[in-house]
Amino acid sequence: MPKQVKLAAHFPGVNNTTVWSDPHSGSQIDFSSFEHLARTAERGKFDFLFLAEGLRLREHAGKILDSDVVGRPNTTTVLAALSAVTTRLGLAGTLSSTFNEPYEVARQVASIDHLSGGRAAWNVVTSPDAWTGRNFRRGGFLKREDRYRRAEEFLATVRELWDSWAPDAVVGDKENGVFARGIERFVHSGPQFDIRGEFTVPRTPQGQPIVIQAGDSDEGREFAAKTADVIFSRHGSLESGKEFFADVKRRLPAYGREPGELLIMPAATFVLGDTEEDAHEQAREIRYQQVRPATAIQFLEQVWSRDLSAYDADGPLPEIDPDPDAEPLTWGRVRHEKDPLAVAAKWRAIAEEKKLSIRELVIEVTARQQFVGTARQVAESIDEYVQSDAADGFVLVPHLTPGGLDAFVDDVVPRLQERGVFRTDYTGDTLREHLFSR
Amino acid sequence: MGSAQQLHLGVALDGAGQHPAAWRVSDVRPSALFTAAHYLAHAKLAEAASLDFVTLDDTLALQPGGEEVVRGRLDALLTFAAIAPVTSGIGLVPTVTTTHTEPFHISTAVASLDFASRGRAGVLAVPSRTEAEVAHFGRRTLPSEVDAEAENAEVVDVIARLWDSWEDGAIIRDEPTGRFIDREKLHYVDFEGRFFSIKGPSITPRPPQGHPVVAVYGDSPYAHGADVVLVDEIRGARERFPDAKLLAGLSIVLAETEQAAIERRRALEAYAPFPPGPSFTGTPADLATELPRLAESNSLDGFHIRPAVLPDDLALFTAETVPALQAAGAFRQTYTGATLRDHLGLGVAVNQYAEA
Repeated sequence: MPKQVKLAAHFPGVNNTTVWSDPHSGSQIDFSSFEHLARTAERGKFDFLFLAEGLRLREHAGKILDSDVVGRPNTTTVLAALSAVTTRLGLAGTLSSTFNEPYEVARQVASIDHLSGGRAAWNVVTSPDAWTGRNFRRGGFLKREDRYRRAEEFLATVRELWDSWAPDAVVGDKENGVFARGIERFVHSGPQFDIRGEFTVPRTPQGQPIVIQAGDSDEGREFAAKTADVIFSRHGSLESGKEFFADVKRRLPAYGREPGELLIMPAATFVLGDTEEDAHEQAREIRYQQVRPATAIQFLEQVWSRDLSAYDADGPLPEIDPDPDAEPLTWGRVRHEKDPLAVAAKWRAIAEEKKLSIRELVIEVTARQQFVGTARQVAESIDEYVQSDAADGFVLVPHLTPGGLDAFVDDVVPRLQERGVFRTDYTGDTLREHLFSR
Repeated sequence: MGSAQQLHLGVALDGAGQHPAAWRVSDVRPSALFTAAHYLAHAKLAEAASLDFVTLDDTLALQPGGEEVVRGRLDALLTFAAIAPVTSGIGLVPTVTTTHTEPFHISTAVASLDFASRGRAGVLAVPSRTEAEVAHFGRRTLPSEVDAEAENAEVVDVIARLWDSWEDGAIIRDEPTGRFIDREKLHYVDFEGRFFSIKGPSITPRPPQGHPVVAVYGDSPYAHGADVVLVDEIRGARERFPDAKLLAGLSIVLAETEQAAIERRRALEAYAPFPPGPSFTGTPADLATELPRLAESNSLDGFHIRPAVLPDDLALFTAETVPALQAAGAFRQTYTGATLRDHLGLGVAVNQYAEA
């Protein structure tokens, strides 16, 4: 049997990849939008639906960003509500280990696992920034080097709590009056947390809910190899995907783990057309809608830390250099640029070589893995990535809310099934079964 | 207030019922307390009777007691979120502990419950009072009772500010100007309190009700400002809370005859004493006579009914007491509005940041 493809659906919430100007773009807030995407993903026999998290609205040059999609509901609440309208789909949410406490996260994720009958997953992230911390009473500033230390101890603590009830602790012996027996006390004492007591949630249907980790740094890869069930990556291209895949899987034996115990699922977008040309034309239009002139300038300002509003997005890159010492102009977005002068030099070289305007350059450098083509071509391509060990599957990011996954489920999933690389029905009830049973 | 006063009725869905031994005599499977189906079934009973809301208790610690009592529970807000899309009329008022959970998270979670229920969310804001909860969070000390209550009041204040931090209609999707939102309609709350500060705005737009219903227990010196106050001590309550919807807690043990009800109660008391607080033991019809009388003589708006055993006492209450109240003109025949604020007659929530 060929290697089986894993599939997850990302709810296209905030940011500029969501094309809000499209006539088919619906609410990113109303529950009906979440319900539509979840039901579609379940109809397509997906492994899970994935929600990101936001804890402060993005700002640019001191103002709340108004050009892209803004605002979203609370992650755990939406996942719990989705458990009511789905029966098999995994429900994965991002919860910061910086602005929550282990007891709460353990309780929320375990509660969702019970309420959904074993379908919960937690994407562990850390946030190092005091800017977001201003929405939280304990501030939450964390030095960069402490991020994974806290995350690792946080996760270990959560797992101690999940394990603290014996699997059969809820006895329910009405005759002899024994409701529960074997609730162990937990005691965790470490550099980050000193907590002790009793957990309030019985052992969950999955035993341990699924743990997801997103991170590309060396520490991030090591953390995932040591302890996660799924890792999100941004390594979408075939070559970089293979390299990442090999690197992460190579780290597993040191922790006594088999390669199959950690699944690598990069984020990917897709555009389907009746013909290949049609798909490429649509993809080009979508990219231009995602990167409007204002968005392009703002993106550049993020690296330059200068006001570039006088520049024409359809013109060449600015002559002036970034200000490496300035406070960042944009907040609330993951920054990849450690050396803005080097980034600017690299971008200038790309723009010069390919003769790109500011907007075209931004479109070029913000491109993610994208499957573009007919449904048959996209299915073939996804299969190729998985069979050649560039990924175990993908987290698909549609550009439309909430209908952006419909065509994929209707047209691509059946072709993956025909190829024998994707389930035609769920064979288990829990997310752990979807991901790991043979 | 005349005899036609319309009562408001909420029901507690805690465990297998209010009595500590309820799980032993109930038909409910003990393990079912950790499923959504249990809460859905009972919420549906309450909804079929057009009751105002259901509540679900919570703490960040295990219930005290030994093997013989119900121990363990799921997060109350998430449990109600899991029944929100599959109910349509009943208000959902989970307890949220305010001492350890971040106010920002509470605000967005309750707003999101309001979105998932299409305007039926509330929150019973309760401070934490135990050393056990402190130990679960670590490196903190137990606040004094007064400080915990004062912080609870601050949380109640700031969560409403966060709900208001997006005006209605802030999402404009204005293609000509390329603006998804009108940022003039978003507001930093810049809250600086005694216990915490919060920048804002919320990440979640203003919920359908504007302000989901905020309930507190009336034993707090800071209970003012809530929409609903739940009291156990009804004497003098109205003077203390002149503006709130005042609902008295009442545990109920019902049966077709008074004697049978007394026997049910005795059977429960053979296992454990009845929980403290007001209770009624008798027939559903007598309860229907008693409630309007109690409400009138104490200027109450209604009751927070705590069935001793689920579903038994809730089933009798909805099947017999409620129709008797309806026949007497003391309770609505059916829902007349769609939101919990509608059920409680609370009117439109005013946004504190919007220009009048």
